[in-house]
Amino acid sequence: MSTPADAETVTTRTRPVGAAIGLLVVVGLALVPLFVAPYETTIIGRILIFALLAVSLDLLVGITGLPSLGHAAYFGIGAYTAGWLTINVTAEAPIPLLAAAGAGALAAAATGWLAVRSGGIFFLMLTLAIGELIFQLAQSWESVTGGSNGLYGIPAVQLAGSPLVLAGLRYWYVLAVFLIGYAVLRLVSASPFGAVLRGIRDNEPRMRSLGYSPFRYKLVAFVLAGAVAGLAGGLLTAQQRLVTTADLGFTTAALALLAVVIGGAGTLWGPCLGAALVVLIRDALGPRLDGHGPLVLGLVFILTVYLLPRGFAGLAGLRFRRRPAEPA
Amino acid sequence: MTALELRGVGRQFGALRAVDDVDLTVAAGTRHGLIGPNGAGKSTLFKLIAGTLRVSAGSVLLAGRDVTGLRESQRARLGISQTLQHSSLFLPLSVQQNVLLAAQRRHGNPGSLWPRRQAAARDRMGELLAAVGLSTRRSAPAGDLSHGERRQLEIAVALACEPSLLLLDEPAAGMSPAEGDRLVELVQALPREVTVLIVEHDLDVVFRVAESVTVLHLGQVLLTGSPSQVRESASVREAYLGTADRAELFVQGGPG
Repeated sequence: MSTPADAETVTTRTRPVGAAIGLLVVVGLALVPLFVAPYETTIIGRILIFALLAVSLDLLVGITGLPSLGHAAYFGIGAYTAGWLTINVTAEAPIPLLAAAGAGALAAAATGWLAVRSGGIFFLMLTLAIGELIFQLAQSWESVTGGSNGLYGIPAVQLAGSPLVLAGLRYWYVLAVFLIGYAVLRLVSASPFGAVLRGIRDNEPRMRSLGYSPFRYKLVAFVLAGAVAGLAGGLLTAQQRLVTTADLGFTTAALALLAVVIGGAGTLWGPCLGAALVVLIRDALGPRLDGHGPLVLGLVFILTVYLLPRGFAGLAGLRFRRRPAEPA
Repeated sequence: MTALELRGVGRQFGALRAVDDVDLTVAAGTRHGLIGPNGAGKSTLFKLIAGTLRVSAGSVLLAGRDVTGLRESQRARLGISQTLQHSSLFLPLSVQQNVLLAAQRRHGNPGSLWPRRQAAARDRMGELLAAVGLSTRRSAPAGDLSHGERRQLEIAVALACEPSLLLLDEPAAGMSPAEGDRLVELVQALPREVTVLIVEHDLDVVFRVAESVTVLHLGQVLLTGSPSQVRESASVREAYLGTADRAELFVQGGPG
């Protein structure tokens, strides 16, 4: 049944090697709580949450070609929504998360219709401004967000009535949601819609002359990215049971973009590695360096840009890249 | 039945009238050539028809429908498709991905968020790549293609939109004679539902393809007629060469 056309689809190809590595990584991640101490387990959980944020940002940066500096806003809105709901309504598992994703999507729709009309550096500045606006809103809306004190005293997430207090159980919860979020973005990237996004990234005027309206596609991509960022924010709330304005501030947004670039924009899995590096340096290495984590991050970033212009993912590309003339 | 009608179309850039009061009627199913010396406004006229540029004056009618106020993407959905003078492709994407992007709008599910095989779009892509002679290059990134191959890919992408009106802006530029021949055959083999408007510097190609020809000079229509009328016109020679009686301009297909 397989014709040459099947071998390569318009989507990102999944090679057997890649699939095998992916499966190994998932199994390895699932085994973490059994072999790793609770503190380290929590760090890996944080990596997963930040990775989900980075992957959602990659849908914009790497696949649609829209570099955003305000993506943490939707992450933070998701986190606050989940936190507020958990305190005031219910801690029962999927509800705060779904609300977080919904809030992220709504906020992205409300701001995206303006932002995606621009592109390149203007898009960067617009998203930066929107991010700052939402940050200020979170600072001043104390009755809901707790202002600069943050939203604290959030009860543990409940699964079928029993709270997930143990670090290991909470970790599995985070891992499961991460995998769902990642799978969603992977599917979107492999869909005809994802192909249109890549077309917009590579040649937007040509897409128009082919009869596409780039605005609609970019807006849907922006809302989707906002929803998954919101989902990641909901996970953050479940994991650390505290939300502060720093979670939707500029630093978080910039670190997420850094993770995407370091990891390799447009690959989805690359930004996960980038996120791991960022969180490890910031949270694990940083305290031992008297808070000089950001300095190390800066050096890593400079080195990456010079040595690996396509991020970590570029390393795999060197190994697996096909000869252009090779028939499919 | 007219495929395309221009009524007093004009476009100014500052003081320059790049296109000035152009009337043009192209009957459905014909192959119409548009020629003229450099700077005659041919490419600008194409952009006005496709909607890439807005007209400063006049109106554009597609199959009798006024599309003057419509955006480029809307006109494309009504059946206008174009190849551009300077190739405009998706360079990082493979040859087949380039064609599939165009084919999936008509034959697939471009809005689907779920992966799909889009068999109809793929079949069409395979046909078109075979037709333009790029079947063996389907996996190559468009950026790796030679200039001539890019021109061929441009045509496959334009045809994948299943246009009712195909605008070809210098499709043979940079092609070898053999590739040019193949292009002529390809255009001649197009079904009659497709109306073709072709701008081309290679007048031999134009006269082999076109049934009627419009000569544009300094943004205005100098003459519209059959290829032989255009060949014999003294004013056309003058426009091209500055004098009426200089050497043979149409060496290849001269009269008699």
